[in-house]
Amino acid sequence: MDAIQLIYLVPLLPLIGCLINGLGRNSLSKTLVGIIGSAVVFIPFCISVLIFIAVSKEGFTTQTIHYFDFINIDKLRIPFEFQIDQLTALFLLIVTGVSFLIHVYSISYMKDETPSGFGRYFSFLNLFVFSMLLLVLGGNFVIMYMGWEGVSLCSYLLIGFWFKDHENNDAGKKAFIMNRIGDVGFLLAIFWMISSFGTVSYHDLFNPQNGLITSLSTINSPEITGITLLLFVGAASKSAQIPLYTWLPDAMAGPTPVSALIHAATMVTAGVYMVARSNIMYSLAPVTMACVASVGIVTAIVAALIALKQNDIKKVLAYSTVSQLGYMFLGLGVGAYSAAIFHVMTHAFFKGLLFLAAGSVIHAMSGEQDITKMGGLGKKMKITYVTFFIACLAIAGIPPFSGFFSKDEILSATYAQSPLLYVIGVGGALLTAFYMFRLLAMTFKGKFRGTAEQEHHIHESPATMTVPLIILAVLSAVGGFVGLPEVFAKNGNKIGDFLSPVFARSTQIIGEHTLPHQTEMILMIVSALLVIIVSVWAWNKFKNYSPSAVTTDNGFVKAIKNKFYIDEAYDLLFVKPYRSLSAFLNNVFDKKGIDGIVNGVGKGVNYGSRQLRLLQSGQVGSYLLLMVIGLLVLFIIQLFTK
Amino acid sequence: MEIKWYIFLAIALFCIGIIGAITRRNSIIVFMCIELMLNSVNLLLVAFSKMHLAGPNAFGPAMATSGQVFVFFIMIVAAAEVSVGLAIIVMLYRNTRSIDINFLNRLKN
Amino acid sequence: MLGTYFTFTELLIWIPFLTGLAAIFIKNEKSVRSFAFLSSIATLAVSVVSLFYTDFVHHPEFFAYSNVSYVWMPYIGSSFSVGMDGMGFLLTFLTAFSYPIIFATTFKSNYKNSNAFFALMLFSQAGIMGVFVATDALLFYFFWELALIPIYFLCSRWGGEKRIQATFKFFVYTFLGSLLMLVGILYVYVHTSSVSPDSVHSFSLHAFYNSYLTPNQQDWVFWLFFVAFAVKIPIFPLHTWQPDVYEQSNYPAVMVLSGIMVKMGVFGLIRWILPIFPSAVGKFDHFLIVLSIIGILYASCIALYQNDLKKFVAWSSIAHLGLMAAAIFAVNKTGLQGVMVEMLNHGINILALWIVVDIIEKKTGVRKISEIGGLAVKSPALAIFLVIIAFANIALPLSNSFVGEFLMLNGLFQFDKWFAAFACLGIVLSAVYMLSMVQKTFYGKTNAFAEKVGKLSMGQSAILLVLVIFILILGIYPEPVIHLTQSTVTDIMANLPVLKK
Repeated sequence: MDAIQLIYLVPLLPLIGCLINGLGRNSLSKTLVGIIGSAVVFIPFCISVLIFIAVSKEGFTTQTIHYFDFINIDKLRIPFEFQIDQLTALFLLIVTGVSFLIHVYSISYMKDETPSGFGRYFSFLNLFVFSMLLLVLGGNFVIMYMGWEGVSLCSYLLIGFWFKDHENNDAGKKAFIMNRIGDVGFLLAIFWMISSFGTVSYHDLFNPQNGLITSLSTINSPEITGITLLLFVGAASKSAQIPLYTWLPDAMAGPTPVSALIHAATMVTAGVYMVARSNIMYSLAPVTMACVASVGIVTAIVAALIALKQNDIKKVLAYSTVSQLGYMFLGLGVGAYSAAIFHVMTHAFFKGLLFLAAGSVIHAMSGEQDITKMGGLGKKMKITYVTFFIACLAIAGIPPFSGFFSKDEILSATYAQSPLLYVIGVGGALLTAFYMFRLLAMTFKGKFRGTAEQEHHIHESPATMTVPLIILAVLSAVGGFVGLPEVFAKNGNKIGDFLSPVFARSTQIIGEHTLPHQTEMILMIVSALLVIIVSVWAWNKFKNYSPSAVTTDNGFVKAIKNKFYIDEAYDLLFVKPYRSLSAFLNNVFDKKGIDGIVNGVGKGVNYGSRQLRLLQSGQVGSYLLLMVIGLLVLFIIQLFTK
Repeated sequence: MEIKWYIFLAIALFCIGIIGAITRRNSIIVFMCIELMLNSVNLLLVAFSKMHLAGPNAFGPAMATSGQVFVFFIMIVAAAEVSVGLAIIVMLYRNTRSIDINFLNRLKN
Repeated sequence: MLGTYFTFTELLIWIPFLTGLAAIFIKNEKSVRSFAFLSSIATLAVSVVSLFYTDFVHHPEFFAYSNVSYVWMPYIGSSFSVGMDGMGFLLTFLTAFSYPIIFATTFKSNYKNSNAFFALMLFSQAGIMGVFVATDALLFYFFWELALIPIYFLCSRWGGEKRIQATFKFFVYTFLGSLLMLVGILYVYVHTSSVSPDSVHSFSLHAFYNSYLTPNQQDWVFWLFFVAFAVKIPIFPLHTWQPDVYEQSNYPAVMVLSGIMVKMGVFGLIRWILPIFPSAVGKFDHFLIVLSIIGILYASCIALYQNDLKKFVAWSSIAHLGLMAAAIFAVNKTGLQGVMVEMLNHGINILALWIVVDIIEKKTGVRKISEIGGLAVKSPALAIFLVIIAFANIALPLSNSFVGEFLMLNGLFQFDKWFAAFACLGIVLSAVYMLSMVQKTFYGKTNAFAEKVGKLSMGQSAILLVLVIFILILGIYPEPVIHLTQSTVTDIMANLPVLKK
């Protein structure tokens, strides 16, 4: 039987797992919950591997599997369908693989929860995997949107997992609402597609033979530009790009494995997936492409700058995620789609690893997240230290670790478009190297700066936690070799070749920018050298970090420390006015205005009747008089209207 | 005799009735004034009926006689009204030892 | 015609009406409650059975507008004629489905004069059913009032302290609207041609659809009808009665009001306004949509500020109905189809929301959002239900509302991109206020009021479970509902040649 026919099991199993764990959270034992939770992700992973093998066979063509009609009105037909092509297969592998590792990791990490909390956690996590798979598998934009909002929901639930603390709930709410803003963009884009093309199916839009968009050749038509810009609003909120990135650092309030899975490896890359999925439209809209590239590069730099001065281990990683996502969007913006996807993959490995290792550290430190209170952990937590080190090398882009190849591919594509963007991009990479090695050195080197009790408690994590770390470390180290640049090996860019059918039409439209090998080589060596220098510098600078006396920061450093006051600005610009508007509308406009008019009419009638009542004096004479006057008036009217 | 003289007489009677009804406080007098007004209307009805009977009219003789029939109606209604009204006045007198019409404003409460 | 399946429509009216009459004479509270419950189950059964004849291919005649007609007042051209189409079936099903659930929620509460209470509830059901199936304008008006008057008594006799005031406001609003509608009905009536030799004009739906009103006449008669429906929905700025009444009334009456009776307004717009006044709708559509969208945003803003759970639900309902009104006036297939789906879904969601609020108030004794907190610790099952219902209310995909809102916004988008963009802001704001409410009442630390809360009883869980299952099924597979109402939408659109610009 063809593996592709089993595709429905891939999202279905996690959903079943979610139901079992959720409903049985009071009766099932923790071990059982853990096993079920992981198994329902592991089986889809196996199926994904089979699908991947099937897809990579010679002569594979995109397959659409239709289940039932979701909405069918008149000409508008939105089926519930899955589509399988190279992009989907790759994402399936990443999502199920990383998810499985993180599920296993979670069994130990969350073991202190109550059984019902443990069940709830795995139920939410499974629900997340379901939504994410729906997003990736969906054969049209509406199904993608379902997964898209589904992951928002899970993110909301998991950030606020410890719901007794309102700070967590606020963070969850913020994440959901900011994502909702992006969802509006996505939704409007879907509507626009429906009204322009009458369909939202990838197959109808993008298939290479007679796809509605594939056959378009007008560049920058208003519809395409509008649709892509709106889609990008959605992508920007989901993937935490400027100006909608502020939810991601706050989202670190959730359990650390959640940050690793949702807020680093999978969900936040959904935006990249979406843009890559609709790459043909983007290629037809250079205006949007420029927009994507510039938002990406600005986000990469700003987030990296903020990360320089953060002291919370998870916050540093969060800003680093934002920054790396910026790189992915830069890649998409310059038309290097497969490079961006490559970076998604390597990023899933090394950032997932970083978060899990950070989780291991936090676990050992009994919940402490402030790196100024750590130090010297490397001696006691060998595995965590080594794996974290590998992840740092990968993210900083030091050859031959995975991050180097993917980032380099993006940057060289950028150079082909604009050397200026390239220089900024390399600058960002240097910042990345700096803050990552600062983090590494402050956490694992030097003297321990926490309390004695914490020091006593420090220990290496159990095997269920370290094994996922090791697996991810291996992948981070060697994962880059699937995408070797042409310079090193002919046809070395396996992943690029694998994905090329998806991006074939875009490549046709944009044209392939290839750099001369010599230039590429020089750029690569220079940037790698610079990164190494910066890394060593940061390492030495923070190796023996000790909390110094209070130093006065100059304006810029202060701004960085306070994250450029973006949260405060949003609060001032949107949240507060909205609240006061709400109060104004309720207290003044509705109560005094509209209800005032309504009640005013009532009061007017009341007042009028009270005045008219005075006429009823009870004096028979006055009644008669009034009657006569009335008669006379009628008489006169009769006389003069003839 | 021309119709206008009847009209003048009727108007005069009606005005006397109105003025009496408005200005006097003795309820018997007010009552009589109301009767006076009714009778002025009766007078007019009879006068017009006679006039229409004399010459051709749009509605034929049946319409002309109906004016006189109305008079009978009014007289009957007036009689009924008198009986009720006088009874009220008697009750008023019994209760208040007065037939001042302004006492009736107590009905208001 | 008794004995054929045509009589289902009639039974839907007669069962609650006659059992309502009978209920007056049952003095024992327990038995009258069970009696009412059984009666509503019987109605539901009829409705479900009639579903088997809604297969348009095999029983096309079932969906003819007038499948039952008796002589009523022949000399003025009015007859007792009722009939169903897809929309009619959908709404009668919603009514038949809601009442058993509403009665089930009353099993734990006591009402003074319970026989009167349940009799009035059943009368209101009969009236509402009648509104949805009447195919004669005068009969429609008759049922419209029949639905209104029991609710008036229900709200004014059982409820909070200021209920008389609130109900009076409600009554003046709706009655004013109804009277204007009566004038409108009479005006259209004299512009219809006869269908029978007994009378010059006719009140029948077909005669009304074919009335010969000039565009100028339509322009002002339109408003007479519109006000009546707009008050019921309510459309901004005719909404101020709603929060007050919802706050002050008893829960069953509020569930009827917000779950079903507001649909009467929406139904009226589709059944009576669109086909009779096409040119007026075409003329005022921009204005009406702007009004509706203002309503969405306005109500969403105010909902955030509410501290009383009942008022909160009231405002959120106003916001959702604003979208429905906007989609109706966009007049296109997608939008109308969305409204159809959403009428059912909104009914289910708001019912579920009220039940949760009812449970909270019963358990804690308060309903101020600021006074409750941390309920999730004490009653996790209730929290799960509330979260699902809340997310259904903010139209998360795979919950029922998503389908409706997606189609409605889509319809609005086809009408005008910018309108859709503003209406979409509503879905962001709905997330803001819903999540704030969930957070404040259910999350955080348990406080004194929440301490008292125990687990959900079996009955309560069962009721909520039924609703949640409906929410999910309709969210995942909405196609049957769409299919059911498709013929109605096609009919309406076919009758609107004037609107095509």
